[in-house]
Amino acid sequence: MDASSLTGSSSSSDAPTSGEHRMGTTIVGVCYDGGVVLAADSRTSTGMYVANRASDKISQLTDNVYVCRSGSAADTQVISDYVRYFLHQHTIQSGQPATVKVASNLVRLLAYQNKSMLQAGMIVGGWDKYEGGQIYSVPLGGTILRQPFAIGGSGSSYLYGLMDHEWRDGMTQEEAEKFVVKVVSLAIARDGASGGVVRTVTINADGVKRSFYPGNKLPLWHEELEPQNSLLDILAAGSPDAMVQ
Amino acid sequence: MDGSHANAASAPAAAGGGEGTQRTLNPYVTGNSVIAMKYKDGVIMACDTGASYGSTLRYKSVERIKAVGKHSLIGGSGEFSDFQEILRYLDELTLSDHMWDDGNSLGPKEIHAYLTRVMYNRRNKFDPLWNSLVLGGVKKGPKGDEKYLGMVNMIGTHFEENHIATGFGNHMAVPILRGEWREDLTFEEAVKLIEKCLLVLLYRDRSSINKFQIAKITTEGSTIYPPYALKTNWGFSAFENPSQGAVGTW
Repeated sequence: MDASSLTGSSSSSDAPTSGEHRMGTTIVGVCYDGGVVLAADSRTSTGMYVANRASDKISQLTDNVYVCRSGSAADTQVISDYVRYFLHQHTIQSGQPATVKVASNLVRLLAYQNKSMLQAGMIVGGWDKYEGGQIYSVPLGGTILRQPFAIGGSGSSYLYGLMDHEWRDGMTQEEAEKFVVKVVSLAIARDGASGGVVRTVTINADGVKRSFYPGNKLPLWHEELEPQNSLLDILAAGSPDAMVQ
Repeated sequence: MDGSHANAASAPAAAGGGEGTQRTLNPYVTGNSVIAMKYKDGVIMACDTGASYGSTLRYKSVERIKAVGKHSLIGGSGEFSDFQEILRYLDELTLSDHMWDDGNSLGPKEIHAYLTRVMYNRRNKFDPLWNSLVLGGVKKGPKGDEKYLGMVNMIGTHFEENHIATGFGNHMAVPILRGEWREDLTFEEAVKLIEKCLLVLLYRDRSSINKFQIAKITTEGSTIYPPYALKTNWGFSAFENPSQGAVGTW
């Protein structure tokens, strides 16, 4: 199995609408000065069919820790369900919120010990009082790496160069939120397995904020046109640049 | 001591009660070559700080050399999640060693023997830890300070040598080391020699990156130096216009 199998379109058989639910996906997590912002697209596909165009790929693990999921929808749902369950017990027993490090290591534990059966690439992000905002990457295989920012999913292939170029440490919350929306929407523009809306979750000392950027509110990129209601509106507005021979 | 280390599937296997028998897999996130050699004061070890995901150079600031106890360094190439797990096993090992509180501490030879058993037993179950590990260190023995350097890989092949390289380094660095290594290298000479090997790997190994870490271990203890990059040389006149006399040449 190689890296390219993260793309959703692996079932090239006669039924392009069957197969396991995969989240082709673009997922991103960045640290900013005071917390973290997690972002993801919303497309879940089975083969070539978009099974859910508004999925929520950022799942809550505790009040202060969330996880971005990419890969098999079923695998990542089950992992996050188990981790949520463990962390709930852990919180009761320790009497205080779980740290981001503990949450991400639980994700790693499941990913590593079941590595032959799972296809799950995850980014865990959150805030705790000991280390502030943290992002942990848990790719296929169960490696765990803490990073100032992380990208994952099939759409992330298109973001490596962009992040190398544009990432800066110590952004403000507003800059970070704008940045992740830009970055995910650029991946959506080129990755067939990513699409829909951009969801973001901002986590800091004050709590959690969820945002929603619908597809029609995202910036336009190269070769994309301003959406219209109908050709008729364009014609009514006066002669357009008609391509007349 | 306890066999549970070697059986990864038996640990809190929450996903359905321990039926996770792993079989030989493919590695996902992989680290590159590790080079090491004995020198006058101890052992020196180096590697790049990259971890690849297939052909993508995905993670570029990864530490693949770690200190083990007071006397050893371990360098790992191959599947990074397995290397992280091995580091956890070594933490458990050194912790119980410390808790004996008997004035002894495990030396590099013992750690190497332990790792060899772990790797070979996993291989026998067709469930290998997909790594090549380099274990180096210095410990006081009956003949004074004894330097030790060995390696063990995913199929359990293990040996001791004066100089070791894993992965591509086997092909590119070992010939250089065989020609130029000497017993009495100073630290400066050893660094120069290792940098020569690192540079050759940078030029010729597609998965290497220009960010390296060198570590040394002596009787005083271990030092892992901060990451740095090497200058590369492209100033050959033959590089400038290779197609001039033969259009279409590569």
